[in-house]
Amino acid sequence: MAHGPAHGLSRWLFTTNHKDIGTMYMWFSFAMFFLGGIFALIIRAELFEPGLQIVEPNFFNQMTTMHGLVMVFGAVMPAFVGLANWMVPMMIGAPDMALPRMNNLSFWILPFAFAMLASTLFMQGGAPNFGWTFYAPLSTTYAPPSVTFFIFAIHIMGASSIMGAINIIATILNMRAPGMTLMKMPLFVWTWLITAYLLIAVMPVLAGVVTMMLMDIHFGTSFFNAAGGGDPVLFQHVFWFFGHPEVYIMILPAFGVVSAIIPTFARKPLFGYSSMVYATASIAILSFMVWAHHMFTVGMPFIGEWVFMIATMAIAVPTGVKVFNWVTTMYKGSMTFETPMLFSIAFVILFTIGGFSGLMLAIAPADFQYHDTYFVVAHFHYVLVPGAIFSITAAVYYWLPKWCGRMYDETLGKTHFWLAFIGLNLTFFPMHFSGLAGMPRRIPDYNPLFANWNMLSSIGSFLFGAAQVLFLYIVIRAIVSGRKATDRVWEGSHGLEWTVPSPAPYHTFTTPPKVD
Amino acid sequence: MLGKSKRLLLPLYALLAVIMPAAGWASEWPLNMTEGVTSVSREIHGLHMQIFWWCVIIGVVVFGVMFYTMFVHRKSRGAKPAHFHENVTLELIWTIIPVIILVIMAVPATKTLVHIYDTDDADLDILVTGYQWKWKYDYLDDNGENVTFFSLLSTPPSQIANTEEKSEHYLLEVDEPVYIPVGKKVRFLVTAADVIHSWWVPALGVKRDAIPGYIHEAWTKVEVPGVYRGQCTELCGKDHGFMPVVVHAVEQAEYDAWLEGKREKARAIAEAVKQTLTFQQLYEQGEAVYGKNCASCHQADGKGVAGVFPAIAGSKIATGPVREHINRVVNGGVGMPPFGEQLSPVDIAAVVTFQRNAFGNNMGDQIQPIDVVNFKQGQ
Repeated sequence: MAHGPAHGLSRWLFTTNHKDIGTMYMWFSFAMFFLGGIFALIIRAELFEPGLQIVEPNFFNQMTTMHGLVMVFGAVMPAFVGLANWMVPMMIGAPDMALPRMNNLSFWILPFAFAMLASTLFMQGGAPNFGWTFYAPLSTTYAPPSVTFFIFAIHIMGASSIMGAINIIATILNMRAPGMTLMKMPLFVWTWLITAYLLIAVMPVLAGVVTMMLMDIHFGTSFFNAAGGGDPVLFQHVFWFFGHPEVYIMILPAFGVVSAIIPTFARKPLFGYSSMVYATASIAILSFMVWAHHMFTVGMPFIGEWVFMIATMAIAVPTGVKVFNWVTTMYKGSMTFETPMLFSIAFVILFTIGGFSGLMLAIAPADFQYHDTYFVVAHFHYVLVPGAIFSITAAVYYWLPKWCGRMYDETLGKTHFWLAFIGLNLTFFPMHFSGLAGMPRRIPDYNPLFANWNMLSSIGSFLFGAAQVLFLYIVIRAIVSGRKATDRVWEGSHGLEWTVPSPAPYHTFTTPPKVD
Repeated sequence: MLGKSKRLLLPLYALLAVIMPAAGWASEWPLNMTEGVTSVSREIHGLHMQIFWWCVIIGVVVFGVMFYTMFVHRKSRGAKPAHFHENVTLELIWTIIPVIILVIMAVPATKTLVHIYDTDDADLDILVTGYQWKWKYDYLDDNGENVTFFSLLSTPPSQIANTEEKSEHYLLEVDEPVYIPVGKKVRFLVTAADVIHSWWVPALGVKRDAIPGYIHEAWTKVEVPGVYRGQCTELCGKDHGFMPVVVHAVEQAEYDAWLEGKREKARAIAEAVKQTLTFQQLYEQGEAVYGKNCASCHQADGKGVAGVFPAIAGSKIATGPVREHINRVVNGGVGMPPFGEQLSPVDIAAVVTFQRNAFGNNMGDQIQPIDVVNFKQGQ
């Protein structure tokens, strides 16, 4: 049997190749991104004007729930795992992932989990309608029957994430080329190593909380049922003990991507490599100590409120270190603005704006006014869309030539960037204003006071959605008929992945490279 | 002449100019949190503005350097890359300065937090209970003569369905507002009967989650008489967007008169329970009660929503034994909330009579308030 991929469907079903599995993760994530996007556009279409026009309130709640779940667990997380699959072995000079069969399994259970989650839309009583945070008892005693399928889907996604994380840790710790010491690893590898530990720490917590829900619903326990001696607030503590590190799971790899791209196009090394590593580790550790800032209005005792406020404010320090590092890396560089760089610069600016509103939300007394309003929606979309989504987009433009050996169309790429950039800001910036004016989140209808900002948001969201269709076209066109890429691809690129041919051969570094 | 970019935007302006005045809300572009009418809300507004301006200052510095470097240090202007990296002094500075700013912010934030948590020495206690999808208010009285009522959305369904023009306080209006006296410290004891809700009035600076099994405290002291509006802010199911809060802050004398009026009304209801009503009276009152309390799930035509909310028309309960029917309305079940607390015996008798004789359910029977009282006592 010669080296190289099998042919037909069996190549993809049985593959243990990190590049094939990375490719499947990326396409799966892209598909989920469009599915979650359709849910979002249904929400924005209903909110275009006051009054109920398009959907019923119950279906509206199903859309907000499914949008959140699909985007978090289906689009963002698999995209980063896909990037890790493709890039981590090539960046550290390894021939493949450490546990290739488990790699195949951790991908292939995902489509089943999401097929099950999506199928709830067609069940009697409808899909989960209690928000992606699924607070009990709305998600237990008062939930539609489909909640059981939701719980099982979450279990499968969690198993997939944990296996992926174990694989990444095993690969990074065991399979680095000789001379590739930890402090020589590219930042993307570092951020993923830390993210993988976060995943292993918190995904079991998520599995635990949904299992407790399952017990409450089917086996007569009362973990979260006050009438049976349980505690609805316990749910929130356990959920956010998972949920806050989860936020960093979705942003730390993004930091790694941007830390690779900005030095390339500034043609200047990253300003503070080791301080970036330490800042990432600090953020990860702090992420375990701030969960209750999502719960400032649940009536915690004063001291609890105060401690969580201070710990949350402290996160601004290592996050600031990162932003200052990126800016100083650009300073006195020799910059060009290809599409990956445009997305990365937008990442730095817009993620910082999301960080600012995060700092505002950390001030507990002010949070009494912000909490559960559109101000919060604006905040987390500013960290997730220009944070996670823009960094993934930047990564695709940056490494696509290495993956398929062909260049994307630069003019179309820049067009995509500007449409997405304008669409995003038009969608999410007005939400700061509607939130401060008093519009709660997760409502299908609202007072005309909020109408103008909502109309702008809806127009922006459709622009953003259209921009992503263009993205799909650009990627397909590059794969099919793009100009041949060089091995180095970018003038300023550094790192082992650029030393192999473009497209990267099916097997790379079967003999380890020499790292000095 | 317009610039190229402005000409490109013209269709957008034209579109907005057509849509927005047509919808009648052309002038509303609210930008900021309101200062509110209590010391707490003003302190919160102050903190909000203070942290906002710190963010603006940091943003101007960071983005200023960034835009400068993007403009000057670009390859197309012949910039040659420097190769410096790592500078301990610089890294210390950008760690220490944020710490100092955070300490400056933490001090007033802590003070306000202490203020918010000081719920002692209230002049008046109101128990606020969240229900799917309405609020109940109990004015706790030392002599045991509590005043209790439910507060429901009063916006007509026709406005929500866009068949009628929307009023000014669309979705922010209720049938029974909460009255509080100005200048008095009012303590809210906040809880919930089913799922988690959250009681929020922005102008008061009060937001407290209403959680089953907990009674949490919040307080306010309103300085300016007026009507203050808010909404439920915790997703609580289908009609989460349709359970507003309306607070009337009035002078003490007006408050006393209102409270006395409420007590008289309660006595009148106690009397009415003993009366026997005609079928016509029961049916008409029942129709009104149905529209307000039942139609959001079982629908105005009594046909329900397939798979979610059962139909009343031809249902087993509404065409079965009377006792079972009263039981379902009083105690709820299969996902339906209990109404025994929120509706008076008169209302329950009326709505049961209505349901048994409307939507083609021609049972022909009628239920009197005393039947409901007897059922509740006998169970």
